[in-house]
Amino acid sequence: MNYFPDEVIEHVFDFVTSNKDRNTISLVCKSWYRIEKFSRQRVFIGNCYAISPERLIGRFPGVKSLTLKGKPHFADFNLVPHDWGGFVYPWIEALARSRVNLEELRMKRMVVTDDALELISRAFVNFKTLVLVSCEGFTTDGLAAIAANCRFLRELDLQENEVEDHRGQWLNCFPESCTSLVSLNFACLKGDINLAALERLVARSPNLKSLKLSRAVPLDTLQKILVRAPQLVDLGVGSFVHDPESETYSKLLTAIEKCKSMRSLSGFLEVAAYCLPAIYPICSSLTSLNLSYAPGIPGSELTKLIRQCRKLQRLWILDCIGDKGLGVVASSCKDLQELRVFPSDPYGVGNAAVTEEGLVAISKGCPKLNSLLYFCQQMTNAALQTVAQNCPNFIRFRLCILDPTKPDSSTDQPLDEGFGAIVQSCKGLRRLSLSGLLTDQVFSFIGKFAEQLEMLSIAFAGNSDKGMLYVLTGCKKIRKLEIRDCPFGNIALLTDVGKYETMRSLWMSSCDVTLGGCKTLAKKMPRLNVEIINENEEMEECIDDRQKVEKMYLYRTLVGPRKDAPEHVWTL
Amino acid sequence: MSPPLLGVEEGGGNTSTVATSPSIDGDCLGLKERNYLGLSDCSSVDSSAVSSLSDENKSNLNLKATELTLGLPGSQSHEREPKLCLLNSGKLDEKPLFPLLPLKDGICSSSVQKNIASGNKRGFSDTIDGFSELKSSKYTEGNWMFHATGPSSETAQCGGQGKFPGNAGMKAMLPSRTSGAQSTMPKEALPKPAPEGPHALNGAGASQTRASNNAPAAKAQVVGWPPIRSFRKNTLATTSKDNDEVDGKPGPGALYVKVSMDGAPYLRKVDLRNYSTYQELSSSLEKMFSGFTIGQCGSNGTPGREMLNESKLRDFLHGSEYVLTYEDKDGDWMLVGDVPWEMFIDSCKRLKIMKGADAIGLVNK
Repeated sequence: MNYFPDEVIEHVFDFVTSNKDRNTISLVCKSWYRIEKFSRQRVFIGNCYAISPERLIGRFPGVKSLTLKGKPHFADFNLVPHDWGGFVYPWIEALARSRVNLEELRMKRMVVTDDALELISRAFVNFKTLVLVSCEGFTTDGLAAIAANCRFLRELDLQENEVEDHRGQWLNCFPESCTSLVSLNFACLKGDINLAALERLVARSPNLKSLKLSRAVPLDTLQKILVRAPQLVDLGVGSFVHDPESETYSKLLTAIEKCKSMRSLSGFLEVAAYCLPAIYPICSSLTSLNLSYAPGIPGSELTKLIRQCRKLQRLWILDCIGDKGLGVVASSCKDLQELRVFPSDPYGVGNAAVTEEGLVAISKGCPKLNSLLYFCQQMTNAALQTVAQNCPNFIRFRLCILDPTKPDSSTDQPLDEGFGAIVQSCKGLRRLSLSGLLTDQVFSFIGKFAEQLEMLSIAFAGNSDKGMLYVLTGCKKIRKLEIRDCPFGNIALLTDVGKYETMRSLWMSSCDVTLGGCKTLAKKMPRLNVEIINENEEMEECIDDRQKVEKMYLYRTLVGPRKDAPEHVWTL
Repeated sequence: MSPPLLGVEEGGGNTSTVATSPSIDGDCLGLKERNYLGLSDCSSVDSSAVSSLSDENKSNLNLKATELTLGLPGSQSHEREPKLCLLNSGKLDEKPLFPLLPLKDGICSSSVQKNIASGNKRGFSDTIDGFSELKSSKYTEGNWMFHATGPSSETAQCGGQGKFPGNAGMKAMLPSRTSGAQSTMPKEALPKPAPEGPHALNGAGASQTRASNNAPAAKAQVVGWPPIRSFRKNTLATTSKDNDEVDGKPGPGALYVKVSMDGAPYLRKVDLRNYSTYQELSSSLEKMFSGFTIGQCGSNGTPGREMLNESKLRDFLHGSEYVLTYEDKDGDWMLVGDVPWEMFIDSCKRLKIMKGADAIGLVNK
């Protein structure tokens, strides 16, 4: 191949999109390394502290699309202090300084300030895509900067972020010349929206395919928007409450019927069940439906709706649908691939909850199911075994029994056998979350059978260090392991320290590892950052190696301990 | 009798205090559970507060409930208000109202203690704690009894702990007494099931099993569990709070709305789900407020106010003296009775019994 000019080789490489493959290509020879290096455009950084911006720029100077992830996953559940880290500003600053032609930035669990957003909007002339998931630290002022300065903005996608809503009119900041929007999602914003500005923006965005509104957008504005944008493929409804006898409502019906391209519905952040019939006309072509943020829709209305969504591939719903409702899903949605059932009442025992029955029904009716997140009241081994048999294609299987140490509800046994069946049957399983009463046995199953497992979440499980060791020795492809409230200690932690360099990260909180154990590990493995998160002021005085560590987060890194850790986070 | 009540009600925007004060049993149950869980802290203040509470009669617990709603820091009091009424639908009419001021200080400290011990980030879990505890507490009397006995066994075990191995929840107890540690009370309430460690864990495990069979409230105390993104949890909590006053939650959720009446020193709350027609609602309101006005006749000495009497009240909805109105989701005051009952329930945020003169605009439309 070496007698082709570089441009030709580069053109060939363009067809190789997977980064894994591109990494392999880089290893062939120096000239291929060089060509690939300058032509790599998409970079994914799963842990922003594993590498520094300078090294990224040095390695891939042509990067156009960057994905950054910051805080550990358990930060979603308030287990990580707010100021732990994950600041994106240094990255933006470095990229701007080096005149990287950044076009796309996707961030998850990072701290994004208004300054960072402002800098993005000014430094990167061709900036097109901004996706923020579970981030925090910014306000609508930052959004205004993005709106005002990014002349070619195509995507502004805010998912589940904590945004401080100032009284500014950020929607107004999109200039009249901005007509390039393809995707706009501001559903997570809590404040008022300038409805007129929104309507005008939609009117001048002929390429708009995805629009997700916040709760502040009422039904009559929705109607006007749909009239302007019948080409929408993906719609997130804000408020959906109106008098069904009114003219506005009938106008809405007409507008919805014209939305022939609609494939995905979400939102309904405020909804009256008696308005739902308005969307019946588009149900038959929907492939994705997310009603997990729609409060107070009775199960009967949900089933009436879902019965008509025969092409559904993805369904996110609240558990008020009930086992019966899931039965309806099973009989109606034969193409279902992803199901998420969230608890509508996380701490109560309502009649609205789902049990193993619903899951079994789904498994019987939807054999294509490959991704599951299921919050339920109870589970049995028999049910899990049935599910494993019916659905061998699971890639993601996350089961959360609301009572974290609940045994099999019919036999009172641990749920080891059930989960064992899942890992044995689903050979492609990449992500697994366990719950319920579990002993070391389940980990022996996991270590033995879960060959493709990349991410494992464990809580309140196991009896001894053996449990964790089964996983560390057995799961060759494990990348992220997160453990809380399990009796795993120093032996498990220190038996195979080299393993952690093959993984992205390990989280252990409320386990039995001691400070001494963590220190030993940190000493042996200089290319790991072993962080101890300690929010307890008392500990500072009596630091004893025998003391158990409250929270430990370790990750491989090429750049040593970070300098932006707050006081109560120590890198050993 | 009336002065403390009036003082509370007029204390600005705290009208819900009044509404919750009759809710004794509910508060007892809810409070019982809260303090039980706070107990596993082993902090002496909490335990003494609870033991004193368990010895005392209902009135003190009731005071504690109203006391909390007087604006203690944290979201507990706020979130709990709608829930406190869950248990009272039948009892609203009968319960006399208790004076609020005595014992306030004694009880204040323990609840404030709990608030302080939980950090900001924990505030939300605490909110949900109150939420769930009350919800679950309505299920059985037995439930309440368990928790009444629970504290003593837990305390005994806690007392003997020291550095208890194997259970991070227990371990976290010690620091939590003094600092704003994040992972404190919630975790203790739910010790691991692993058969590690001595008696306390088994005992705690046993009580936890009991708890899980009867009172899921226990599990509410664990930080970060269930593993739902905090954004989703917060959004759900906000919309549920709104829904309590507007839409009922699916299933057994109650639809409590405030009912105010012109000239009344305090408001009431009714569960709209208890009725299926306007007639039922109006007769129930009639009964509710007739009792009140008879009382008012005796004690209300405010000059310039019309003295209500029974016969006038009977003309409640039928006559022109009083008119029943409601505030809908858009914030407009509407006359009750125009729309189908189901739609009314869906959009009604609060009720108001207006005097004829004020309601002229609505009545004459």
